Amino acid sequence: MIGFLLRRLGWTVLILIGVSVLVFLLMQLVPGDPVRTMLGMAATGERVEEVRHQLGLDRSLPIQYLDYVAGVLHGELGQSLVLSQPVSSILFPKLLNTVILSAGSLLICLLVGIPLGVLAGARQYSLFDRGSMFLSLAGASVPVYWAALVIVSIFALQLGWFPTSGMYDTRNPGGLADVLHHLVLPAAAAAVVPTAVIARMARGTMVEALQGDHVRMLRASGVPERSVIWRHALRGIMPPVVNIVGLQVGYLLGGIIFVEVVFNWPGLGGQLYTSITAGDMPLIQSGVLFIALVFVLVNLITDVSVALLDPRTRKAA
Amino acid sequence: MSSEIITSSGPATSPARVAGWQRRSQWGLAMRALRRDKVAVAALVVLVAVTLVAVLAPWISPYDPLVGDPRARLLPPGTPGHLLGLDGQGRDILSRLMWGGRYSLTVAVVPVVCAALLALVIGMASGYRGGRRGEAVMRVLDVVFAFPIVLFAIALAAVLGAGLVNTMVAVGITLVPYMSRVVYTSTVQESAKEYVEAARAAGATDLEILRKQLLPNVLSPLVVYGTTLAGLVIVLAAGLSFLGVGITPPAPDWGVMTADGRQVLLEGYAHVATVPGLVILVVALAFNLLGDGIRDALDPHKQTS
Repeated sequence: MIGFLLRRLGWTVLILIGVSVLVFLLMQLVPGDPVRTMLGMAATGERVEEVRHQLGLDRSLPIQYLDYVAGVLHGELGQSLVLSQPVSSILFPKLLNTVILSAGSLLICLLVGIPLGVLAGARQYSLFDRGSMFLSLAGASVPVYWAALVIVSIFALQLGWFPTSGMYDTRNPGGLADVLHHLVLPAAAAAVVPTAVIARMARGTMVEALQGDHVRMLRASGVPERSVIWRHALRGIMPPVVNIVGLQVGYLLGGIIFVEVVFNWPGLGGQLYTSITAGDMPLIQSGVLFIALVFVLVNLITDVSVALLDPRTRKAA
Repeated sequence: MSSEIITSSGPATSPARVAGWQRRSQWGLAMRALRRDKVAVAALVVLVAVTLVAVLAPWISPYDPLVGDPRARLLPPGTPGHLLGLDGQGRDILSRLMWGGRYSLTVAVVPVVCAALLALVIGMASGYRGGRRGEAVMRVLDVVFAFPIVLFAIALAAVLGAGLVNTMVAVGITLVPYMSRVVYTSTVQESAKEYVEAARAAGATDLEILRKQLLPNVLSPLVVYGTTLAGLVIVLAAGLSFLGVGITPPAPDWGVMTADGRQVLLEGYAHVATVPGLVILVVALAFNLLGDGIRDALDPHKQTS
């Protein structure tokens, strides 16, 4: 297990280097001269060269990259062009809010997706199986921004059960209950697609597991069906299901960008949207980096949990 | 009888012709299986219908998609003369949806096709006798998998700027690593099979093997993947427009329309956003179902059943 962990951590470091290179190169694609944009058209050529030198932009790309990484490792992510604040002090609080929303959403995915798939798989070809699988087929194609708007329209505007936006009540902000009340709708909106995919995958693996010899053995020895499904077969399908869940977190995090925009949730996605609208490149760059880091971390956690659940996978990777 | 076939059809017995006949037959069998799959046929009908409506929009759309009647803004679906209602600027939503298909379908399908062609080159070059170097190329492309796919597309689109061409470039670049991975994997698998070795023993050059032996077999998983991917991409591309980094208003792209609708949703006019979103959902679902259908149709184990 320790060997596996070390290999997996080494691989994560390589991925992180790759991610930082890509995020750095992404900014090289920005059309136009960043120094010109900063100083405006009135600045003299000499002044532009001076600032370019100060910022180290006259050096070669590999050196600039190393500068960038050194800065990131020291927590220096540059200055926001629009908000004139350090990027790190803007983004770190937002990171926490995004993690809260993702965790809430993931919880819904797990609590709805896995039982739905297990029940459907246990009663293959039943009305419940067909109905839930049709729903999950459609659910997997739902545009997350549409889901968010429909959910706001029904549960916030028409029924008035939950607030339409934000994370805290503006007049009377208070505590965990307030955040939870605001969390339900955005978390549900972001959960639609991953839940549908997880349910389908869980059903597939469940159907397979129930055809296995050990299940026939359990049934033959008179173990109640309920216990066969929820105790024995479920344990068998956990590694592949956890794997799928880990992959789905990518879609979840991508979807959360839209959900945060629709619900005005004060997270990284909403900030990314505002920065894009304002053309605030340093904030965009670090926002993308942060969300990618969360994803890399989740993948690491997923692989380690799968390895804990299923010793056979420890040999690989 | 048999000698007649052999003598009368000289060129047909050359290896190339035989391979061509088998290739057509594989796709022919798949087409027959696909035609029996009611769900896939329905999905295909939906896609063809949506495409036709988009192509014919200048002739069949009842109103101008860009000019609205400010006095009639936000009328609900079912208003006489306006089947799907009017948006916040009094523009006919049905007409905008018809014209919007031109943007939304183009932005989704063109990048998938271009990325598929690029992926064929990258994947086959790395996968066929690519060895360590080929593997290294794939590992570099894998870095993109460390980003959620939507995030990567948004980042690229934000950096390149909004607009039709930039959006297609951003989406296309995002797809290349995913599609290359599919081509690479099947190229490696197929290269190890005996028919490739047989072709080489018969004196075929590498280029001939790639083109005549591997391409047909690599193409089928790519077609399945590309069709399913188109479903995701139509949602993704409209999403870029929704965020303002895709197609620019007032163009009636479905994502732009959904974003327009968001502005008036809080005033209680849900239809402006939900109707275009529903169209995106239906088209995406159709691509997914068609992809599933093609996958099953190409699977020899399922063809006979």
